[in-house]
Amino acid sequence: MYITLIFLGVIMATIIGWLLRQTLNSQPWVSEAADDAVSGTSMDTSTKAVALMTFLAVATSVFGLFISAYTIRMEGPDWRPLAEPTLLWANSAMLVLASIVYHWTRNAAVKGNMEQVKPGLTVAGALTILFLLGQIVAWRQLIAAGYYVGLNPANAFFYLLTAVHGLHMLGGLWVWAKSTINVWTGADSDSVRLSIELCTVYWHFLLLVWVVLFGMLLST
Amino acid sequence: MAYVSIADRDHEIEHHDPQTFITKYVYSQDHKVIAIQYGGLAILIGLVGMILSSIFRLQLGFPDTFAFINPENYLQFVSTHGMIMVIYLLTALFLGGFGNYLIPLQLGSRDMVFPFMNMLSVWVYALSVLILIASFFVPGGATGAGWTLYPPQAISPGTPGVDMGIILMLVSLAVFIVAFTMGGLNYVTTVLQARCRGMTLMRMPLSVWGIFMATILGLLAFPALLVSAIMMLLDKTIGTSFFMPAMMAAGEVTDYGGGSPVLFQHLFWFFGHPEVYIVALPAFGIVSDLLSVHARKNIFGYRMMVWAILAIGGLSFIVWAHHMYVSGMNPYFGFFFATTTLIIAVPTALKVYNWVLTLWQGNIHLRTPMLFAIGFIFTFTHGGLTGLFLGNVTIDLPLSDTYFVVAHFHMVMGVSPVLVVFGAIYHWYPKMTGRMYNETLGKWHFWLTFLGTYSLYLPMHYIGFLGVPRRYFAMGNTDFMPDSAITLNTSMTISALIIAATQSIFLYNIIVSLKKGKPAGGNPWKATSLEWMTPDTPPKHGNWGHELPVVHRWAYDYAVPGAAEDYTPQTVPASEVPVGRDHGVDH
Repeated sequence: MYITLIFLGVIMATIIGWLLRQTLNSQPWVSEAADDAVSGTSMDTSTKAVALMTFLAVATSVFGLFISAYTIRMEGPDWRPLAEPTLLWANSAMLVLASIVYHWTRNAAVKGNMEQVKPGLTVAGALTILFLLGQIVAWRQLIAAGYYVGLNPANAFFYLLTAVHGLHMLGGLWVWAKSTINVWTGADSDSVRLSIELCTVYWHFLLLVWVVLFGMLLST
Repeated sequence: MAYVSIADRDHEIEHHDPQTFITKYVYSQDHKVIAIQYGGLAILIGLVGMILSSIFRLQLGFPDTFAFINPENYLQFVSTHGMIMVIYLLTALFLGGFGNYLIPLQLGSRDMVFPFMNMLSVWVYALSVLILIASFFVPGGATGAGWTLYPPQAISPGTPGVDMGIILMLVSLAVFIVAFTMGGLNYVTTVLQARCRGMTLMRMPLSVWGIFMATILGLLAFPALLVSAIMMLLDKTIGTSFFMPAMMAAGEVTDYGGGSPVLFQHLFWFFGHPEVYIVALPAFGIVSDLLSVHARKNIFGYRMMVWAILAIGGLSFIVWAHHMYVSGMNPYFGFFFATTTLIIAVPTALKVYNWVLTLWQGNIHLRTPMLFAIGFIFTFTHGGLTGLFLGNVTIDLPLSDTYFVVAHFHMVMGVSPVLVVFGAIYHWYPKMTGRMYNETLGKWHFWLTFLGTYSLYLPMHYIGFLGVPRRYFAMGNTDFMPDSAITLNTSMTISALIIAATQSIFLYNIIVSLKKGKPAGGNPWKATSLEWMTPDTPPKHGNWGHELPVVHRWAYDYAVPGAAEDYTPQTVPASEVPVGRDHGVDH
């Protein structure tokens, strides 16, 4: 549970620290003109960005808890590490590329360059879909090699963690699909920019999660 | 009370308003309708939970009398009762119900920031309730594993509901968590980003602070329940061994091996303890507002109250293993968790002192909401003190799994939050419906509930001290239970039935008052916070008419020395009421 504790400790410390800073010097019982002018918006960013950050905290908690469970269960005497398919390296490369292309697309969208956004978005999504297909192929390779899910906790965790990560990826692709359809049906850059920016953050986040998960799977 | 709150709008629908019955009342994106849907459904399923408890209390009070209660369905009733009350009633009612209603109204917003997701949240919640109910009607019935669902017993033969019941229970929890997450993202984002001008964080009413922090806890803690539910589902359905050790079941060796039941307990309580505060923090916040309004005094130590909420929220993540002292752990861990448990009592006690000091020299109006708020101080202090007993390893070991624990958590997170729920419903009923409830019936409801719960739970502490174990269908011929304990069980059952019957007064009151209640006016309590300043009561779609309110002061300017009236609404500029307080010293 230490890993979860550290994760959540950092998240909680950030939240509480931020809230304390907001409240420390305030004397709300005194009607102050300076307070009257406050806009009622705490963060100088879009509402959707705040919601995404909150969601990333939730997702971090989910993955952190899975990782904690993994490390605790690993100590059992029946744990037999499985040989990860080499294909995972290729899949990881796809995901890294997807993240890079998404970031490039985001920069294009910020500049309003729709001619770059169209192919960029398409390629980023295609790479992500390739990653997911690659994950499924990796599953099939493992099954073919006899690493069944019920045989060993290491196998079970492998399928579980990749599946949870893949499902998060699918959720991202849902938003990606919406903005891609918008882009190809002639939406201007203003209407899709935010969605692309937030997706980029989400892709980077899921890449980071994958790097952590893959590293953990390889090293144990 | 489902739809009447906005029924008077029929003849004056504005252009942009939802037009059809379906979009207005069923698939509504208005936070007030969603709040009432959430609250109504939570109360409905809560009544089911209450009826279940009445049934198993019958067995405990009058053993071998009722043929329709057998050991299997007894366990199913106990388990489902616990799950319903903690999650589907209290969590949903405080956050989905009051959170939805109060956040936009008290902060001067037109609605939640993501109304569509908000609507999705309530319907996904409805789905989770449906799945939960369905588990009673599948072969084998609902799970009887206790609300904690500990493996290996939860998914091993011999436990009621081991086939479909446990699967539906876990699926229902996962669906509930999805619903909560959609709602929670809304609550957090709305509090951070959609307040009206002048509403600094420190001018927010404490109700919003409590709901806000509870939502953050929920968002970070529910994933632990999700993770454990998913892993147990896999253990059950595809034969993994995350939690399941090698074991014999029903005389045969199972395919499981090596799993760690204690791992489940860690994950479960990593959710389970913050869950206590997910329920308690909104209650803390709301009760602060009720006390302040009905005592006509500013809340004592507002800043401390906010920081106590933050401190409790932070600490609630590092006390979980005090639920697991008997599961076996390193003695140093026990020491650590006992210490953190005692530390969390400090900000909690601070809040209790501040509530009492708010009453001190106040102009107390003992209306129904106030009675419930004061009743809460009693029950919460009582339940909190027994928590100090149980937080210590050496005292917990003999008391664990006895009725002392049951009495403790029912006082602290059953009765106490429910008293606040009732107080809050009475308090905001005039705003939600435009009519007053019946005060006499409200007082009967309070006194019967309050005294009833004491006559139920005080003796329960005693039989817990005797060592009577919880969750047993029948005690059999045991020497350690004197006759007095048997008699007490009968008397507790009678109390429980009286409390259950008393709730019909409440239901009658809120339903009949919808039509027969006196018109309430916009601000019957002469309160200061924004929800009482809406141009219409009940508030219409968009809440504020054409112009959003602007806030000039905190929500607690009651009986300001020198002011003409004993309350100064948040919207009144300092220039109009120039007097005020400075560190408690009058100008």
